[in-house]
Amino acid sequence: MSKVRTVEEAVARIPDGAILMIGGFMGVGTPPRLIDELLRQGKRGLTVIANDTARPGVGIGKLIDAKAVRKVIASHIGTNPETQRQMMAGEIEVELVPQGTLAERVRAGGFGLGGILTPTGIGTVVEEGKQKIEVDGTVFLVETALKADFALIAAKHADYLGNLDYALTARNFNPLMAMAAGTVIAEAEDIVPVGVIPPDAVVTPNVLVDCIVAKEVRHG
Amino acid sequence: MDEKTLIAKRVALELRPGNLVNLGIGLPTLVANHLPAGVNVMFQSENGIVGMSPVPEAGAVSGDLSDAGGSPIGAVPGAAAFDSAISFGLIRGGHLDVTVLGGLQVDQDGQLANWMVPGKMVPGMGGAMDLVSGAKRVIVAMQHSAKGTPKIVKRCTLPLTSVRRVDLIVTELAVIEPTEAGLVLKEVAPGITPADVLAFTGAELIVPASVPTMAIAG
Repeated sequence: MSKVRTVEEAVARIPDGAILMIGGFMGVGTPPRLIDELLRQGKRGLTVIANDTARPGVGIGKLIDAKAVRKVIASHIGTNPETQRQMMAGEIEVELVPQGTLAERVRAGGFGLGGILTPTGIGTVVEEGKQKIEVDGTVFLVETALKADFALIAAKHADYLGNLDYALTARNFNPLMAMAAGTVIAEAEDIVPVGVIPPDAVVTPNVLVDCIVAKEVRHG
Repeated sequence: MDEKTLIAKRVALELRPGNLVNLGIGLPTLVANHLPAGVNVMFQSENGIVGMSPVPEAGAVSGDLSDAGGSPIGAVPGAAAFDSAISFGLIRGGHLDVTVLGGLQVDQDGQLANWMVPGKMVPGMGGAMDLVSGAKRVIVAMQHSAKGTPKIVKRCTLPLTSVRRVDLIVTELAVIEPTEAGLVLKEVAPGITPADVLAFTGAELIVPASVPTMAIAG
């Protein structure tokens, strides 16, 4: 059965209060139509796991502006004064995670691991409340895996089966998140016949992808 | 020459041909403009590319290609793009030769604080903690003091980025090397004496009998 859906159908599957992983880095590699449709459908109380909250009016920043988000797990909110304002006002919960640790926690979630051991954050506020383990004389921090209800992915191409590839720095967290969520919704710049993405060029295998949405409405 | 350019030119002399280098946002990005002739390095941007370059010409912009600040960039021949796990694997796994970062404070033990001012500025650490923990060489490029308040201090009062001792501090006044014994004054800027440096430093400095004047890249 085809996985291609309208953006309305795909986003209607997401309930209020859902935990979302959203790809992208300062809006680059964030699926724009999926974000806009979350807003149009008035979703509330979302938990967003993402690298950053971009800027007001850009990418995930639009969800922050609309107060659709209850909690953010991110590495950086410095470029979005509105996220900082909501955090200071106690309107939104923010968990800051070192960027490499965030990538690995998402990877662990998708790869069936309970977490990872990293030297990053040892001796800083990041280690508070976390378990430490010594391996061969080096102390590591235990960082637990992250999973989500939905992953919202931006791809360069999707084929009809849902195989995905990515472009340049728009790849970032997308392939990791596509492994770590119960339902994966991919917004692709182009939806192409099966075979156009050669097997060796597939980054996210089709078995992971549940819905495909086109980035733009075009002819037909 | 303004202070930031002076710092960038001095830091540029620390880069070696073939290095993989990650430059933090702000002052550190200026280092790329002052590479000595013949020193070809690859610049990493932690959002997922090795081989970033400036946008080659006005209008030649891809919506899929940006630096870690979200601004458009270009790429050199031989560039490679990858996901965030690989990007931080390069950083943490001992594959990154040099990172140049800004600083809010560096202390007597060479520990850096550069990611938050409690109650005032909580931007998040982004990639800074991984970069300082993982890079083979960490260079802090910063102004020596902030509005007259020393940034090189006995003990950081701001939250640390990492407990790892940084390798070099370059300011508009001096080059300082954190060592096991303490902070060693290695070079002074043109027209600056060791006494001038000490006056603007909040930590003890080890001052050798002779301190050479800072070399700067052309």
